[in-house]
Amino acid sequence: MLSIAARSGALSPYMQAQVKALLPAVVNTGDVLKKSARPASLNGPLGARLTHTDIKIPDFSDYRRAEVMDPKKSSQDSGEARKAFSYLVTGSTAVVGVYTAKTVVTQFISSMSASADVLALSQIEIKLSDIPEGKNMTFKWRGKPLFVRHRTEKEITAEQSVDLSELRDPQHDKDRVSNPTWVIVIGVCTHLGCVPIANAGDYGGYYCPCHGSHYDASGRIRKGPAPLNLEVPYYEFPDENTVVVG
Amino acid sequence: AYHALVDLPAPSNISVWWNFGSLLGLCLATQILTGLFLAMHYTSDISTAFSSVAHICRDVNYGWLIRNMHANGASFFFICLYMHIARGLYYGSYLYKETWNIGVVLFLLVMMTAFVGYVLPWGQMSFWGATVITNLLSAVPYVGDVLVQWIWGGFSVDNATLTRFFAFHFLFPFVIAGATILHMLFLHETGSNNPTGLNSDANKITFHPYFSYKDLLGFVVMLLALTSLVLFTPGLWGDPENFTPANPLVTPPHIQPEWYFLFAYAILRSIPNKLGGVLALLFSILILMIVPILHTSKQRGLTFRPITQLLLWTLVADMLILTWIGGMPVEHPFIIIGQIASALYFALLLVFMPMTGWLENKAL
Repeated sequence: MLSIAARSGALSPYMQAQVKALLPAVVNTGDVLKKSARPASLNGPLGARLTHTDIKIPDFSDYRRAEVMDPKKSSQDSGEARKAFSYLVTGSTAVVGVYTAKTVVTQFISSMSASADVLALSQIEIKLSDIPEGKNMTFKWRGKPLFVRHRTEKEITAEQSVDLSELRDPQHDKDRVSNPTWVIVIGVCTHLGCVPIANAGDYGGYYCPCHGSHYDASGRIRKGPAPLNLEVPYYEFPDENTVVVG
Repeated sequence: AYHALVDLPAPSNISVWWNFGSLLGLCLATQILTGLFLAMHYTSDISTAFSSVAHICRDVNYGWLIRNMHANGASFFFICLYMHIARGLYYGSYLYKETWNIGVVLFLLVMMTAFVGYVLPWGQMSFWGATVITNLLSAVPYVGDVLVQWIWGGFSVDNATLTRFFAFHFLFPFVIAGATILHMLFLHETGSNNPTGLNSDANKITFHPYFSYKDLLGFVVMLLALTSLVLFTPGLWGDPENFTPANPLVTPPHIQPEWYFLFAYAILRSIPNKLGGVLALLFSILILMIVPILHTSKQRGLTFRPITQLLLWTLVADMLILTWIGGMPVEHPFIIIGQIASALYFALLLVFMPMTGWLENKAL
């Protein structure tokens, strides 16, 4: 029999057509398929019967739900409960799946964020007693120059009395410093990113040599193409002699 | 794509052994994804390579996870590969010759990718494994030494070697992806084999939903296994020597490749001649291309062939022995065991299995 099936190859559509045609005539007793009235044919009237009417349908009891085992009970009674269970399992799997997907995606994306060594360098602690009065010191912070300027009384008074209407980017000096003695700004020109020179320019502050922007001793733009004042980062004074930036 | 993934007619009786093809696709996707994110932080210069891997594990957010998934993902790649090839041998799937031969090419590509990839962390085993295996090329007659120095980009495994190995490791997976598409193209010309080895046209079912869901289950099982290994015992299959930065002046006492290459390593070392060993190593993989020609049985697979089944399982056991031997030092009794096991490997494939195929025909 196996050899007939093995050689059926190209004839299988015809075999299937025969089997399909026979299906309405077959009664499923759950045990043995009853024979149909019309005989199947492989090569005409003398062909062998191909419908295997001796096949036993396996017992699927181990896999069936308890509610539908009794053939005398209507399965519609338990339909709602069975569907609810299936939907619950599917829904829970979907929730877990979505959460897992979200977690995996988040992990990959956050691997591209600042790593621990970058974050470790994200703060800088500066000893202020190293900076004499009237002088500006430059530090490397987060890859950029940080200007820390020890202002004189004269500079403080001058910057606090500037008329805001004169400024392209109006900001009062007291809004740019927490301790007027110390001006802390990022040394990157707001025009196109060059590093200004300290204690230079027409306003006693900084001068950017790239395109001629002049900043005052509060780091505010006074002349030239730069649109904004020098950026003031977040900083704190844990004590009188120390500042922590970042 | 619809025709290939949804409507694709598949035999109704293909077992779990048919899951490994899609699992290999998942492995490739996982390795490419994790590898891409590793490549964002890895540097391939010898002065910074080792520390860049440490940086990934310690500093990069979830870097430890991505690195360990990638390292152990490679092991799972080979587990799936060996299962997939074993299925091909057992069920006679190799009779789809084009699909099978592209598969052998894929196997070689994956081996090459894994080899250059293992060099990248620039640990002791990375360096010395690279040195040993690239030195094999010097066995090539006449041009051997020139060839080796060309591969090295210098007079030893050094910076030039590492940087180009990184380039290869990045490139090859995409070549593998292309070859995979070809592999499946040829497979879909014929459709899948099945455990009976018989024509299954009379009993095909659609890929979706039956095998889409079955494959999805396979994915879940494999990812569970991979994640468990990564989270609980990430170093289980690694070599402690690779926690030491590469030192060209100090050779570790026991140089060995990762577990998936050990059987080939054993075959290489079993022949006392340098060129002989290299040829045996090459032939141990290329022999797969001859297997379809050695098919003598009237039956396609081993399902109804008990004698050849026994021999195939002997081959499996032999490969496990070779794997064990590959990790042992070159001393008695491991030498003689390795030589017998190597001889048995070739004898089984070239002589015994074709013979039993012929014998079983007589019994039909």
